[in-house]
Amino acid sequence: MTYRSHADLGGLDVPGAIVQEPEGEIFHAPWEPRVMAMVVAMGPTGMSSIDLNRATRETLPNYRSLSYYEIWLAALEKLAAQKGVLGESPPAPKQVLRAESAMAAIKRGFPASRSAPAPARFLVGDRVRTSAVQPPHHTRLPGYARGKVGVIERVHGAHVFPDSNAQELGEAPQWLYTVAFDAREIWGDSVALQRSIISVDAFEPYLEPA
Amino acid sequence: MSEHEHHDHEEHAQRAPSALELRVRALEALLTEKGYIDPAALDVLIDAYQTKIGPRNGAQVVARAWCDPEFRRWLLKDATSAIASLGFTGRQGEHMVAVENTPEVHNMVVCTLCSCYPWSVLGLPPTWYKSAPYRARAVKDPRGVLKEFGVELAESIQIRIWDSTAEVRYLVLPQRPAGSAHLGERELANLVTRDSMIGTGLPNAVT
Repeated sequence: MTYRSHADLGGLDVPGAIVQEPEGEIFHAPWEPRVMAMVVAMGPTGMSSIDLNRATRETLPNYRSLSYYEIWLAALEKLAAQKGVLGESPPAPKQVLRAESAMAAIKRGFPASRSAPAPARFLVGDRVRTSAVQPPHHTRLPGYARGKVGVIERVHGAHVFPDSNAQELGEAPQWLYTVAFDAREIWGDSVALQRSIISVDAFEPYLEPA
Repeated sequence: MSEHEHHDHEEHAQRAPSALELRVRALEALLTEKGYIDPAALDVLIDAYQTKIGPRNGAQVVARAWCDPEFRRWLLKDATSAIASLGFTGRQGEHMVAVENTPEVHNMVVCTLCSCYPWSVLGLPPTWYKSAPYRARAVKDPRGVLKEFGVELAESIQIRIWDSTAEVRYLVLPQRPAGSAHLGERELANLVTRDSMIGTGLPNAVT
């Protein structure tokens, strides 16, 4: 099955200015806060996961012509329909976020850290090469960082592996690392003048020793 | 989105509900009827992100780090715990890392794959942070992006871009403004802008 993400934007030639906004301006239509809150409130119901949400959003064919809250809305509608939530006999929600416990729930959060399944393969300072292959499913290694050599800078412990979780194949925890690249490794010498370092947070299966 | 809808929800939403507004109401009604959401909980969440959880939280973290060297060390070593000690925890801030600007290095945060952002300290992300132009250019032309924000850095300063591609969330610790030695924590927090904690801006100057 082909999988196409429309959300992998790093380095693309995208026209248009970056339109700045004052700090207090977070919504631009009265329906936007309802969508934000519905997405947050659906978390504890177990209908989806953050990874399946992202996979559903990034594969919307019209992703690039929608505003961000329109993307959230379209993906929520699609998932609710797929999961039978809107049908005659919806599956029972795991948990429903109630007004009196909503604040406590968001203050607690939903950590992605898990027990490590095995010792970490890499240490800080190790040189690694990222996978060059674009897998046919949701993944979190951006296209611009594929097949590049970088250095392990931080080790974050084991986290839920989005590639597996988005496909509903289980959380399959994997070690997570910050991998830093010289900008020249990513973009070639044309931008060498910019003297920048770029890092991504990469799961162990994305990496091989270099 | 059609011209009409755009016009509608940008300017005249209060006059007549837009097609989007109606879609959202329909979905909320259905999810409520099916027992998945409690509309009163949505009201609590909206109020929280409009009045309680926003960039003033992050500004307090930064001001504390500027005033208290012990806290600064803790923040750079274990940001999640240091930030939690000020009461800021939870959703989209479960795994925090603070990165410090210095005279040699300027940090800037992006999420090229979606909209990952440290909600617990900065609240909901601004539209530009989620927009295609920012996500596309921040990694390839950070100096150009900074110029769009009115920030010109010396060529000698290295720019460090953090693409938040997993569940780790980044907070930039900007440099303390010159001439601020006499200011207390509360006044310092007022100098800290949201953009300075993303890395697309600098703190306000002391006036």
